Amino acid sequence: MGKLDGKVAFVTGAARGQGRSHALRLAEEGADVIAVDLCEQIDTVPYPMATQDDLAETTKQVEELDRRIVAAQADVRDRSALQAAFDQGVAALGGVDIVLGNAGIAPMSPAADPVQAFRDVIDVNLVGVWNTVEVTVPTLVEQGRGGAIVLTSSTAGLKGIGGENAGGLGYTASKHGVVGLMRSYANNLARHRIRVNTVHPTGVNTPMVVNDFMQQWLAEDPTIAGAMTNALPVEILEPVEISNAILWLVSDEARYVTGVTLPVDAGFLVK
Amino acid sequence: MAGRVEGKVAFITGAARGQGRSHAVRLAQEGADIIAVDIGKQIDSVPMPMATPDDLNETVRQVEELDRRIVATQTDVRDYAGLKRALDDGVAQLGRLDIVAANAGIASFGPAEELSEEAWQDMIDVNLTGVWHTCKAAIPHLKAGGRGGSIILTSSAAGLKGYANVSHYVSAKHGVVGLMRTLAQELAPHMIRVNSIHPTQVDTPMIMNETAFRLFLPDREHPTVEDFAPVSQMMNALPIPWVDPVDISNAVLFLASEEARYITGVPLPVDAGALIK
Repeated sequence: MGKLDGKVAFVTGAARGQGRSHALRLAEEGADVIAVDLCEQIDTVPYPMATQDDLAETTKQVEELDRRIVAAQADVRDRSALQAAFDQGVAALGGVDIVLGNAGIAPMSPAADPVQAFRDVIDVNLVGVWNTVEVTVPTLVEQGRGGAIVLTSSTAGLKGIGGENAGGLGYTASKHGVVGLMRSYANNLARHRIRVNTVHPTGVNTPMVVNDFMQQWLAEDPTIAGAMTNALPVEILEPVEISNAILWLVSDEARYVTGVTLPVDAGFLVK
Repeated sequence: MAGRVEGKVAFITGAARGQGRSHAVRLAQEGADIIAVDIGKQIDSVPMPMATPDDLNETVRQVEELDRRIVATQTDVRDYAGLKRALDDGVAQLGRLDIVAANAGIASFGPAEELSEEAWQDMIDVNLTGVWHTCKAAIPHLKAGGRGGSIILTSSAAGLKGYANVSHYVSAKHGVVGLMRTLAQELAPHMIRVNSIHPTQVDTPMIMNETAFRLFLPDREHPTVEDFAPVSQMMNALPIPWVDPVDISNAVLFLASEEARYITGVPLPVDAGALIK
């Protein structure tokens, strides 16, 4: 028996990395999944973003766990497209209980168009999370069975890191903004027994972090690299560590946990 | 299926009843053996009845019913030598130490300028110094095990926010957060994690008594639990008056387990949204 038997989870950015890991971890515990991902490149993002093949692989892996999944290519910046993908999933799977605002980009490198880089990261990481919650809340409220929303922030959502480039500043600002969204929604939705929390990962072994551009950015500024170490003697976390924290937050074991910023950061923030 | 803390040993202070007993039972359900301590007697400045030796015996009974081992000792967290003896004895019998739940705490009430010297000092001694004593006694065992470990300090919503008429409690519980943040750094190289939990009102004897109700309802001479419930609920964002001890235990279990193996230095509210309201 799983901890999430009979539940449905909506996961953005589900094609690979943390999003895929969340979909699989929740499916292992019995949840069905509504998965969306952009599956396209954004010009100001230097590293390769997820593809349709990646999303198909997530679908395959969830189905191998004998769980249902409704996957769609959709952009969190596009409210109506996101709504359509969500509605289709809800119709197929019979509702929604868990919402994971996970989709995000990290364009820390110097950008040819810094203004666009800043706007893009705010659009995806902050406006996209707002859209994710907004498209799901009417259904969560109408169902009347409570719910759990987890928004993926970052250690950069609680500390001013991310460097001096426009994309990094936008990243830090967007991840701080996610905390404001979480705290507001936690208040606004509490009366419906809908809980809202954030997770704050340190560096995680995903294509967003482990790529030549991020490594070059870290290498070129030793003050950044020095500040980017964890307290626990572990260099980088695997995605499942974040998934396990999310699994706990969305499970009945955390039924009265709401409005909480939960770092999964090997002590990065306390150091 | 193996438990989530199978084969581990947990040291729990204030284990005779309330949250401490719940932690002991919940961790035992998931496969841990328990080293339990409790003062098991009254402190004069505490206005509600404290736990008794019978309460501690009941915790022992409940853990043994789960086929787990438990070494229980009546001792005071203010007495470092006594506490250390109890823990050393428990580790000698059970063979190891992995998890520490520094849970023992007291409550008393009054405006800051009216608190007695005794009430202030007892509060700091039990709720802050007692937590430090617990860690001081436990850390050498955790280090010696060479397997890392997880220390969970019980703070409170009052460890992150001020509340009127409990300045000594608020000060001690804030102090616990400082201790947690420092120990998280000191012990990280040993893979020993240190976090704090921050409950809202919990359904335990420390809260569920007329004296405590009067803190929330100062105008009532004999406030009842029915009077207390709506006032308590107003402090939470979620529409519930209080949480159950097991809700705190589930947070302790999560932090103690491998699922949280890279979570350290974190103040974790289990507060029905009281702190963000």
